[in-house]
Amino acid sequence: MKHPLDDTDIELRMLIEAVYLKYNYDFRDYTGASQKRRVLVALREMDCATISELQAKVLHQPEAFTRLLQFLTIPVTEMFRDPEYHAALRSQVVPHLSTYASLKFWVAGCSTGEEVYSLAILLHEEGLLERSIIYATDINPESLDSARRGVFQLDRMRLYTENYQKAGGKRAFSDYYTAAYGGALFERFLVENVTFADHSLATDSVFSETHFISCRNVMIYFNRRLQNRVLGLFHESLCHRGFLALGSKESIDFSTHANRFESIARRERIFRKAAE
Amino acid sequence: MNASAEDVDAALAGRNIEAIVIGASAGGVDALVELLPALPSGFGPATVCILHVPADRESRLAELFAARLALPVREALDKAPVEGGTVYFAGAGYHLSIERDRVFSISCEPPVHYARPAIDLLMESAADAYGAGLAGILLTGANTDGADGMRRIRQRGGLTVVQDPREAQAPTMPEGAIRLCEPHLVLPLAAIRALLPQLEKII
Repeated sequence: MKHPLDDTDIELRMLIEAVYLKYNYDFRDYTGASQKRRVLVALREMDCATISELQAKVLHQPEAFTRLLQFLTIPVTEMFRDPEYHAALRSQVVPHLSTYASLKFWVAGCSTGEEVYSLAILLHEEGLLERSIIYATDINPESLDSARRGVFQLDRMRLYTENYQKAGGKRAFSDYYTAAYGGALFERFLVENVTFADHSLATDSVFSETHFISCRNVMIYFNRRLQNRVLGLFHESLCHRGFLALGSKESIDFSTHANRFESIARRERIFRKAAE
Repeated sequence: MNASAEDVDAALAGRNIEAIVIGASAGGVDALVELLPALPSGFGPATVCILHVPADRESRLAELFAARLALPVREALDKAPVEGGTVYFAGAGYHLSIERDRVFSISCEPPVHYARPAIDLLMESAADAYGAGLAGILLTGANTDGADGMRRIRQRGGLTVVQDPREAQAPTMPEGAIRLCEPHLVLPLAAIRALLPQLEKII
């Protein structure tokens, strides 16, 4: 027997519905536990006693919605996160990609861009960046602005350098950024072929054929229904035998699309569109 | 003051436990080695164990215990249904939650009490999912993660059991929970071991 909803759960559902109806941001199929925690944090930060109060504020003040959006999305990421994944990209995916004259990548749910810059550095070192177009999409305009700027916290560079080296980096990591004003400004050539764009995995459709999609630690916040939708989008976007990369603890085993992808690096969570 | 046999009977009366969450930190592996083999083959509830382990080290706990237990042991995977009769371990580096439809979910929110996975987040979400059908067990540990989680379990009508801090390898964690949530039972590990198989009885 399931435990009945309490007031907080009811209010939460109504807030998410209001956000959808008013602003067309669809969080209805996000997983409940993490979403609840993040809304409760927003409540404190936005000086609201109840979620109902927050709902009223968000409905009547668009700027309050902009603030809430920062809590509803999860901008926690790092450069070369999971070095062994990036090493596997170099050894197992790059040889296939190198056979194409031009390449399209999609970093879905790119957040503040760490994953995009990591991919661009890797492609640069493998000699593929110049023939690549990277679409980097997210629903959060503030995150996209950060990603476009390409300035990351200087105190993160030690971790990122370590990650980069473990991932098989071929140069000094500091070659790629300039330290200024307490931030690390990344080289502009890295994002010359990157298109940052607003795109919702929950409501938008496929916009291009791609050879490689990275969507790491994004779908963990989605329930199975939304995961199925997104994997369907990816399958549609990927070219014949295209590649899909997920986060290190993600699984497609529970999806209706499980059989449409095959695993090529099990631990690193790299998949390939199955031949049909 | 450890709980007496009457206290145990009173705490268990009328319960129908569907899931057990066990949290531990420093000294936790040793404690689980003593505790988990008490789960008999055919045990009904799902048992979910969460230990603080370094994020950069791949958790080998599921492998370690698979060889020692009568029940199937798995790492809790994102969106996997929580199945009765199975022992799960939270993986390293991500928070673990249980959703209302009783599937696991993982997340990358910032660490809580310097911990990811955090015991609080798993316990709080499990309390929402199972209500009175949940038992929370908090063992040895050197920080106060788990206290808020145990409190939520208690508020939702679940059973709360804390290891006696006097015998815990690290007393801070059980002490924190005792202060915050007034657990139903405070017991030494050997008594928790004896309690485990009784948790599936419907009394």
